[in-house]
Amino acid sequence: MGKIERREALLGDLERAQGLEALQATILALRDHFHVDHMVYHWVSSNGEQFGCGTYSDVWVQRYVDHDYLRVDPVITGCYQRFHPVDWKRLDWSSKPSRAFQAEAIAHGVGNQGFSVPIRGPIGQFALFTTSHNCDDEEWARFTEDNRRDLILIAHEFNEKALELQPGRTPEPSRALSPREIDAMTLVAMGYSRAQVAETLSISEHTLRVYIESARSKLGALNTTHAVARALSRGLIVV
Amino acid sequence: MLRFIYADELERFPKLKRTMFLDRADQFKARLGWDVTVDANGEERDEYDDMNPLYVIWEKPDGAHGGSMRLLPTTGPCMVNDHFLDLTDGVRVSSPLIWECTRFCLSRDAEPKTAGALMLGGGEVMAGFGVEHYVGVFDARMVRIYRMIGSSPEVLGAKGEGRDRISVGLWNFSEEARRIVAERAGIPPETSRMWFERSFGGQPLPMLAQTG
Repeated sequence: MGKIERREALLGDLERAQGLEALQATILALRDHFHVDHMVYHWVSSNGEQFGCGTYSDVWVQRYVDHDYLRVDPVITGCYQRFHPVDWKRLDWSSKPSRAFQAEAIAHGVGNQGFSVPIRGPIGQFALFTTSHNCDDEEWARFTEDNRRDLILIAHEFNEKALELQPGRTPEPSRALSPREIDAMTLVAMGYSRAQVAETLSISEHTLRVYIESARSKLGALNTTHAVARALSRGLIVV
Repeated sequence: MLRFIYADELERFPKLKRTMFLDRADQFKARLGWDVTVDANGEERDEYDDMNPLYVIWEKPDGAHGGSMRLLPTTGPCMVNDHFLDLTDGVRVSSPLIWECTRFCLSRDAEPKTAGALMLGGGEVMAGFGVEHYVGVFDARMVRIYRMIGSSPEVLGAKGEGRDRISVGLWNFSEEARRIVAERAGIPPETSRMWFERSFGGQPLPMLAQTG
């Protein structure tokens, strides 16, 4: 199985996840797939409540909660209310509590490198999807460059799922495909070239690219091929 | 110089903050006659400024605002999806890889290179954060400015005529486009990269800038 296929399969597992145990199983599998030390999904609500899953040791997670490290952790303070992905090296670790926290995190096997994707959900919801590892700067720069795009997309899919598993939650209307996106995906599924699809729909190829990217995102796929497959399997498009 | 500042950090730059919202009132209300809200202090703001957007701001040597634009993720509330669905064939453009760019503003006395500098800033954000496109709303007057600086958007849809024409556009920023914009603005790519790095922890922020 190729890299993208494996990632799509894992996203498929995520999509079918029915509970928190399944989320945990998926993040373990993702961690193994990316060959990194840790992956963690961390939801922080506006009143400071936390929820998450991931591969950090239970001891570290308990310690983090017991010591209220939310207030100290530069990853949290540096990413909260932000929406750009952050390499941990760019955060401010200069204060004494931050340095102590970092030393402790490394001692608990978190790793000396990290990459966190902050996500803004509806009504003040905030979450982080983090990948951490122990390696030198050069290796980490290579890893994040190669995987940034997929990590960003997976982070958002994870958050969608976490939101969906919330009790009493109604489905997000913004994830529905518009008629125009359905038209575009249908023609792509029929094997039309991009130029042909654009011509048929009387739009430019650039516009088509945005429609396809938007549909891909809503379908939770990593690329167009898999987005089409998902739309077909869900019966959203028929060819 | 360029600064990249989230709304909740603007307090640290009082002059820049005040002059940005004043210049926005001047551009969007006084000059373009848009239906925007200007408060008692003469500052233009809307609900998206309350969503902690990321501003790309050109700061003049005296510390005042020279130009700016406002970035928000399209995965949350944003102008294009909340107000201009009729211009995108009803397509809610929503992806972590597409950000929205709005309120592109230039002060009356902005240096000619300001617009290009802002575009370069947008390019730095794309390269630095893995953003693949911007969508944005712009008026007829901007078409010429975008062409001048060498970064014309692809129009997804438009309504209205003449001066009142409002368009939703899409920017891709290829290396080639970036090179052209940098050349016309007279700002080497290394310089805009350095400004980006400073704002996002690549190297320590110099203190002198806050005194202007």
